[in-house]
Amino acid sequence: MTLLSVENLNLSIGGTPILRDLSFKMYEGQFFGVVGESGSGKSMTALSLMQLAPQGAQISGAAHFGAEDLLALPEKAMCALRGQDIGMIFQEPMTALNPVKTIGDQVAETLIVHRRTSRAEAVKIARERLNRVGLPADRFPPDLYPHELSGGQRQRVVIALAIALRPKLLIADEPTTALDVTTQAQILALLRSLVKDDGMACMLITHDLAVVAGLADHVAIMKSGEIVEAGKTTDIFSRMKHPYTKQLLAASSHVPDRATQVTQTPLLEVRSALRTYALPRTSLFGKPPVLAAVNKVSFTLKNGESLGLVGESGCGKSTLTRAILGLDALQSGEIKIDGQTVQAGRRMDRDQRRKMQVVFQDPFGSFNPRHKVARLVAEPFFAMANPPNGTAKTAAVAQALISVGLKPDDTDKYIHEFSGGQRQRIAIARALIIKPSLIILDEAVSALDVSIRAQILDLLAELSEKFALSYLFISHDLSVVRAITDRVLVMKSGEIVESGPTQTVFDNPAHAYTKQLIAATPQLPDN
Amino acid sequence: MRLPKTLIIGSVLFTLFLLGALVSFLWVPYDIETLNISAKFQPPGGQYWFGTDHCGRDIFSMVMIGARTSIAVAVVAVGIGIVVGVPLGLTAAARRGSILDELIMRGNDLVFAFPSLVIAILITAVFGPSALNAIIAIGIFNIPVFARISRGAALSIWTLDYVLSAQVAGKGAWRISVEHILPNIANLLIVQGTIQFSLGILAEAALSYIGLGAQPPTPSWGRMLADSQTMISFAPHLALFPGLAIVFTVLGLNLMGDGLRDVLDPRLRRSRQ
Repeated sequence: MTLLSVENLNLSIGGTPILRDLSFKMYEGQFFGVVGESGSGKSMTALSLMQLAPQGAQISGAAHFGAEDLLALPEKAMCALRGQDIGMIFQEPMTALNPVKTIGDQVAETLIVHRRTSRAEAVKIARERLNRVGLPADRFPPDLYPHELSGGQRQRVVIALAIALRPKLLIADEPTTALDVTTQAQILALLRSLVKDDGMACMLITHDLAVVAGLADHVAIMKSGEIVEAGKTTDIFSRMKHPYTKQLLAASSHVPDRATQVTQTPLLEVRSALRTYALPRTSLFGKPPVLAAVNKVSFTLKNGESLGLVGESGCGKSTLTRAILGLDALQSGEIKIDGQTVQAGRRMDRDQRRKMQVVFQDPFGSFNPRHKVARLVAEPFFAMANPPNGTAKTAAVAQALISVGLKPDDTDKYIHEFSGGQRQRIAIARALIIKPSLIILDEAVSALDVSIRAQILDLLAELSEKFALSYLFISHDLSVVRAITDRVLVMKSGEIVESGPTQTVFDNPAHAYTKQLIAATPQLPDN
Repeated sequence: MRLPKTLIIGSVLFTLFLLGALVSFLWVPYDIETLNISAKFQPPGGQYWFGTDHCGRDIFSMVMIGARTSIAVAVVAVGIGIVVGVPLGLTAAARRGSILDELIMRGNDLVFAFPSLVIAILITAVFGPSALNAIIAIGIFNIPVFARISRGAALSIWTLDYVLSAQVAGKGAWRISVEHILPNIANLLIVQGTIQFSLGILAEAALSYIGLGAQPPTPSWGRMLADSQTMISFAPHLALFPGLAIVFTVLGLNLMGDGLRDVLDPRLRRSRQ
């Protein structure tokens, strides 16, 4: 049965059209996937249906939800509707919950506000909802605070909040983007059971085609505020018509051409690296418990090789990265670059520093907003004993920018003038400028849209060939690791549980955890 | 971009007093060092805009020259706070969690724990009342304010990736603090600077009022208030004008601080629109 029927939804802010002529229908007990890249208007569509679009937005069109038109309802009626009939789940479970209230109270509060039920009754229903989302009473009493839960468990609480009043329509805006793959699989399974067993309709907003492919009944592909293609998921994936959809699919499964030129000389050697942290004391006189963030890890990265390091959050990837870069000392073990032992901290010598560079995940936090590009890109020169000056420096910066596909006259701009993808190119230019042998890519493409990600992967492949670079590619995204690495290490709880050539590991995983990771990764249909 | 009203009103008020102080170096309506007893207790009017005091000195001229003292004391006091406090805060943030961090911050707590004006009185009582001692006393209490603000703001910058990439380039904590941290916390320091500036003016007035600030014949708003105390029943204008000068300067600086914060903090800017 049709639950929501949107006709010619238009939205503009200050005369700029944001959404153009959107028309779609949603049915009970079905998923409606909305896919698009950042800025395509996916979230704005959801917000305008809830009448939560930013102030000053002009909306026209109709959204029939039962007997009501969601776009024409007065604010008071809309308040009653939000939460009651339409529930919403956000991307970031860290900020969607109030940190100073218990999870039981937060769920119960929604019930008290909307239904004016008694407190005892609300607490009882809250308990039921928490059970429903997979947080059973014996392990998750309602007096837990959000910080006592993991990211996935928090997202379950957010979902419990959204379904507290049994809404007919659930809007999930990138509900799993901030989560690890295995957690993502669990949350998607929960959403599926809510929709199929409880008969809700769910609008699933995501940038990930693979997530939609495995879940949604209908899909709409959005680009610049328009639906460019829509239909049944199976139809879309088997015979897509619009070039943008094809382009999106191609970018999602893009594998750059790489000419591997792996030599046998080891570039980076890590030998039984151990890094532990003391946890808070549990008893007054006992020793504080110790967490081994990196537990006797050993591996070798050869010259010219692209090595993947896969693992979920908290597995010790970042600690290992910091140790390799010489930012933190190891408790025992050894890290060698080009045969020389890395001395952590201030004693690390310049020659070692200039052999390694790093590119981070967040294209927004990677640059000092008060410096211009010329200064940002030239920063690693500090690691050189005799850095180039004057025109030589300018030329080096220009050269680095050209090699990542930017223009030399971008040097006079500030970082906020660039898009996410361009910033990531600048980050790579900054890493390249002192001609390192090894670049550590710490989730370097995870925050990018798929088409930009494909471009950056191509760029990395090209640069590796041109400058004989080795990569240590750290990511939680298995499809990316598969596309760009020769060999892969799988890390879990501070230890490397499996390693081997990428193809072999992905096709025939030996360790149970690797199998679990691969099974949890959403797949695009083959055709 | 539209500037917030608070910033405009605050800047106009403060600029007025700043101008008064600067012009007083070149010109004042009447010389305040010559006494003109025949013109004592003149009410405000066309000849003497703010009237005259018991010695026949022009109050408008005295308020102008008094602004000089107030502003100079406050500028230097805030300067001491910034010059000493900010490096302390940055050092504490760079060595966060270490003994040094603890020492610096607990030392600041110690200074903060004393009622500032009481200590200022103590200092001026020990070393003798003078404008210089007032400056030092007020300046010392600005140190923990700036140290705390810099440390707190710097800690959040230290977690960002661009700091990490500067570390990868081999830059030390001190260089990173100057190149990356300081420019990014400058807006907070400017805003706090204006607030401390207004508190400095109040503190100077308070010290002068009890006779521990600038010494005669240097005019000071606080001392003008003290002098007028006994005559307030029949010549209220003696207290009114220096009092108003203090009120409006402090108000102007506070409004300016609020306005600057709105302009410099992008998060507040968004919510204002």
